[in-house]
Amino acid sequence: MLFRSVENQIVSRTLPGTIEELSKWDDDSVLPSEQVYYQLAKDLKIAVENKTHTRLGSRLNYEMSGIASTFRKTGRSVKKWDIDQQINYKEKFLNIDKKWGNIEFWRLLKLYSPKVTSGYFLNAVDLIKTTEGISQRDETERIYLFLFQRTIYMSVLITLLCLLMGYPVAYLISRLPMKSANLLLIFVLLPFWTSLLVRTSAWKVLLQQEGVINDILVFVGLVGDLDRLQLINNQFGTIVAMTHILLPFMILPLYSVMKTIPESYVKAAKSLGANEWTSFRRVYFPQSIPGVGAGCILVFILSIGYYITPEIVGGTSGTFISNRIAYHISYSLNWGLGAALASILLVAVLILYYVYDKIIGIDNVKLG
Amino acid sequence: MSIKNQDFVTFENVQKTYDGKELVVKNLNLNIYRGEFLTMLGPSGSGKTTCLMMLAGFENSTNGEIKLNGNLINNIPPYKRNIGMVFQNYALFPHMSVAENLAFPLEVRKIEKADRDKKITRALEMVKMEQFKNRMPAQLSGGQQQRVALARSLVFEPDLVLMDEPLGALDKQLREQMQYEIKHLHEELEITVVYVTHDQSEALTMSDRVAVFNDGVIQQLASPNELYEKPTNSFVAQFIGENNKFDGKVISIDGEIVTVEVNGNEFKALAVNSGDIGEKTTISIRPERVRIDDSLENVADAEVVELIYLGDHIRCRLSVEKNSKFIVKIPNSINNYILKRGDKKKISWNAADCRALDYEL
Ligand SMILES: Nc1ncnc2c1ncn2[C@@H]1O[C@H](COP(=O)(O)OP(=O)(O)O)[C@@H](O)[C@H]1O
Ligand SMILES: [Mg+2]
Repeated sequence: MLFRSVENQIVSRTLPGTIEELSKWDDDSVLPSEQVYYQLAKDLKIAVENKTHTRLGSRLNYEMSGIASTFRKTGRSVKKWDIDQQINYKEKFLNIDKKWGNIEFWRLLKLYSPKVTSGYFLNAVDLIKTTEGISQRDETERIYLFLFQRTIYMSVLITLLCLLMGYPVAYLISRLPMKSANLLLIFVLLPFWTSLLVRTSAWKVLLQQEGVINDILVFVGLVGDLDRLQLINNQFGTIVAMTHILLPFMILPLYSVMKTIPESYVKAAKSLGANEWTSFRRVYFPQSIPGVGAGCILVFILSIGYYITPEIVGGTSGTFISNRIAYHISYSLNWGLGAALASILLVAVLILYYVYDKIIGIDNVKLG
Repeated sequence: MSIKNQDFVTFENVQKTYDGKELVVKNLNLNIYRGEFLTMLGPSGSGKTTCLMMLAGFENSTNGEIKLNGNLINNIPPYKRNIGMVFQNYALFPHMSVAENLAFPLEVRKIEKADRDKKITRALEMVKMEQFKNRMPAQLSGGQQQRVALARSLVFEPDLVLMDEPLGALDKQLREQMQYEIKHLHEELEITVVYVTHDQSEALTMSDRVAVFNDGVIQQLASPNELYEKPTNSFVAQFIGENNKFDGKVISIDGEIVTVEVNGNEFKALAVNSGDIGEKTTISIRPERVRIDDSLENVADAEVVELIYLGDHIRCRLSVEKNSKFIVKIPNSINNYILKRGDKKKISWNAADCRALDYEL
């Protein structure tokens, strides 16, 4: 994955002769020499036979739009050519498409001719490598930084919600006698027996505008029939569904830690004069921190890379960076960018893990 | 130490059931005096901890009233009762140092820092733990943790301290040393202590009075020596110290003295808890009150089954009237009897040392 995110052999592999010739091109205020165009014709002829020229086209298209079609168009003509030293290829190329006479394009080709590139990574943080150096993308094209922010913000929110809901549940289960505790634990684990897809879709049924919740609200009269609430295909939907799905991952580590806290600590605190709240805050909670830590790390890391649920219920405002990665991997086939985004995500998680370790101490984390 | 004979804690007709069916504590009546060291002694499962928890406020009594200092406390939450408590597993807060553990009850009482430090130092001095102030509980040995737990239960100067088998996890030597220290602290501080244990020797050494529990009922409440010398029922006789018993039938009653028939032999005994003529009874004799001759009121035939040399005395197991667990302690002195296994001897004891109690299956 890391390799993919910097790999850029396509230019040098598809147009080896051209790149070599192009390296001698040092005055970039005029078009490259006839020799370069000749090599380009030779390389393209082979590329067309192997059908690799369109791949190159779409790769370069990430950096300068419209190039893909230039390559396709040119490819069709080059196919019929007999490559011969005597012909003036510069003119021939320019006749096919004006782009071949664009100095900007040649600069770009030269820029992307090395075997590795930082282009994907720059792209992933909304920067672009242009022929004039690195700069920010147009305001309208900046999406990744924003998506990263949103992913982290929503994951934090989901983690906190899980903690808020999971803590009392785990506490309750840990205090109950064995028999009822086991029953409740089965209820906690029950969702794992149904498919993730089914659970997420269930939220769709509940939350959609013609769904159960809206129907009830309308029936009770809290909401008018015409302005039903938009509860899904937005951030709200993603947060609700993901909190539900990740809740067991919070409850289980919490429970396993709480089970080991003897009741006598809280009793001791009370006998020493602390009321319910103080004994919880000063005695019980500090001892449950390893569970809180484990639960939060688990939920946060799962949530930051979650894909299916935001994909189904997230709409456009509730999707995560992982949805974007998946898009680049399976639809736009921009694997490099997908890999760069995923690498950044990985590094972000590692950094957070490190920070957490510094603050709470990873030794304090207990999963059971 | 003077017992002021003033009721400080009273249990009145207290009952407790956890499951709504079985009474774990059956109609408990108990007065605890101010400044007293009272021990609840009984086998495991007899309801001692339950009583203590009701007094501390962690369990509600199903029926009856509990009063502290004349005030009904049934509805007062534990943290307002001002009762110190020592738990069997110490329950020191693992995330706080020794000093922080001791500061806890003072902080929640909003006592100023300077005052707090003074009290903490004093409490730690009492249990000789000053130098461990900044240790964490996990860095202390069991005995040291026990001392800190003790200091913590005393640092806020409660009038009443409850201890639930506080020495149960310590080895014998340490346990005996701590018994002695707790006893001294009790005398020094003039606090009231309610102590729970299943170890009778611990109860006898430490207490002013002992309440013997069995099956949710107080069998006898008395001072240690009365408990040993004058048990009022078979359970107490059997549970406290060593005891020889015969099952028999009452054949005549003459004031204080009953005549009991055991396998055709007749023994005279004190009528403590025996029924009418014709009813079954158990008579109990302490081993050290039996002589190996026929000089006393009740005489029986015995055969030596086993002899164990214990230094200061010889423990001699006899078979008497089909009871082959009859124990006699023979002091190790110059004019000692020289017994051998299989010897047939007469043994005897006084009617005053022999108590006719309730018949126990
Ligand atoms: N929290 C509880 N729930 C149900 N039963 C209990 C509970 N605590 C104690 N018991 C029962 O009550 C009886 C007395 O227990 P306890 O007071 O702990 O006895 P002791 O301290 O004398 O050993 C036992 O039979 C025990 O099983
Ligand atoms: Mg107990």
